[in-house]
Amino acid sequence: MMRLDFKTTRWVYAWLLLLPASVLMVAFTHYPIVGGIFSSFFSTPRQGRPSRFVGLDNYAYMANDPVFWQVLKNNFIYAFGTIPVSVCLALLMAVWVNGKLPGRAVVRTAYFTPTILPMIAVANIWLFFYTPQIGILDNLCGLFGIPSHSWLGDPRTALGCMMVLAVWKDAGFFMIFYLAALQGIPPELEEAAFIEGAGRWYFFRRVTLPLLMPTTLFVLVNSTINSFKLVDHIFILTKGGPDNASSLLLYYIYEVAFGFWDTAYASTLTVVLLFILGALAVTQFRYIEKRVHYQ
Amino acid sequence: MMIRESDWGHVLEVVAAWLLAFLWAAPLLYATWAAFHPMDFVSRFDLLAPLTLDNFRSAWNVAPFARYFLNTFMLVCMTLTGQIILCTLAAYAFARFDFPGKETAFILVLIQIMIMPDVLIVQNYLTTSKLGLVDTILGIGLPYMGSAFGIFLLRQAFKQVPKELEDAARVEGAGWFSILLKVYVPLARPTYLAYGLVSVSYHWNNFLWPVVITNSTTTRPLTVGLSIFGAPESGVNFSVISAGTLLAVSPLLIAFLLFQRQFVQSFMRSGIK
Repeated sequence: MMRLDFKTTRWVYAWLLLLPASVLMVAFTHYPIVGGIFSSFFSTPRQGRPSRFVGLDNYAYMANDPVFWQVLKNNFIYAFGTIPVSVCLALLMAVWVNGKLPGRAVVRTAYFTPTILPMIAVANIWLFFYTPQIGILDNLCGLFGIPSHSWLGDPRTALGCMMVLAVWKDAGFFMIFYLAALQGIPPELEEAAFIEGAGRWYFFRRVTLPLLMPTTLFVLVNSTINSFKLVDHIFILTKGGPDNASSLLLYYIYEVAFGFWDTAYASTLTVVLLFILGALAVTQFRYIEKRVHYQ
Repeated sequence: MMIRESDWGHVLEVVAAWLLAFLWAAPLLYATWAAFHPMDFVSRFDLLAPLTLDNFRSAWNVAPFARYFLNTFMLVCMTLTGQIILCTLAAYAFARFDFPGKETAFILVLIQIMIMPDVLIVQNYLTTSKLGLVDTILGIGLPYMGSAFGIFLLRQAFKQVPKELEDAARVEGAGWFSILLKVYVPLARPTYLAYGLVSVSYHWNNFLWPVVITNSTTTRPLTVGLSIFGAPESGVNFSVISAGTLLAVSPLLIAFLLFQRQFVQSFMRSGIK
């Protein structure tokens, strides 16, 4: 009887400890996930017209919404265009910074600094680079006789401009994970390989790269999540324009929710975003599980 | 011959590494150049160009930066304090208590690591407005205070504390709360530092949720202020925008340059979940 009492008290303690954090988590993560799915089946309440059940109407509307397909396509182009480049650059940076390089600390700082700056601040600076005529980019192009171009105003180049910024911002962040992994590789391995007559490139391809696989997977999943989650620069650079050419899914959700105040449709779009993030989460958790088995 | 070839390769690599470093540093260096020179020199690099602080003066006068700084400072402090208290308690429960529903509760926590409040702006706006917290600093910070990431990191740290230390403290008659404060918290100090740095940089830089939830000068953090200030509609020239941008990033940037090792290690720790 005493034992049981002691156990029950521990339970109560544990739940009391958890209570404050869980209340906030449920309120701002779990409830909005469920609530968002729920309200995607209802209409947006308007003045004098309360919300009512509409079944799959919002989804049907979404399927016929060209802007939705456009931003989804943009988002995938953005993700698949930036991620391989930033991951390769990150690996290259890590290898350089990890090796014998004069002024290594300065180089590392230069690579990593963009990570620490707010996206809004760097977008302000980059906006000027892309400005026609007076911007740096046009000035550089002028040296080669390329005519002035409205980089952000042209639907063909607007998304590309944002992708360049994203690569610049992210590569240094991913570098540190590679750097940590590289430092975990015992130097004896390399010495042994060189004694055996293996070249540097051969060693990199056959030993280093496979050993970095878990890091690569981690970086890939996280950069994909980032590309669906971080849209701050759009606010400064293009506002999604011209003609939604540079808009991404979360930015479109923002516009629908807080520009048009169509919360039901914004919730429907959020469900798609959650679905994508959920799929990535499953990938990541399966990978974590695998790694736990390794150890 | 072999040696010379690899020597050339090395030189080439060094040049490439430095070139990339220069490219990566260029935007910030360029903004610094623009901020300290008159507008005429914004795309003319003349080493003898006159230096000036006028741009900073105009930036400071055009936008209420002092207020934005205060708002961001309050936001970051409030959020971090809330996070540390709530996450410490929850992490302790997960690390050292057995209770029914523990597994399920932990999985629910993990969900938030992948789906952060940042993407749930629509429903969270509705919730915050029901709570009457729209356009308050508490409203910006509250969704982040129950931080799954913080719970996760601290739980790992607490689990590594040897049980014998807890038992010894208990023999001396310490209750669970003083054991938490006197044994666990001090031993997890590196984790607190790492989490603190990541949290501060995250909330200093966060934009989407603050722009959704704030609509007045008295609550807007620096990032939101900067977005209004830097918008082409504001009619401010690039030198002044650069000055304002440097003002806004300087505290975090200086802290980073001074404590680079801690920052890098914290970000590293935060990624390896």
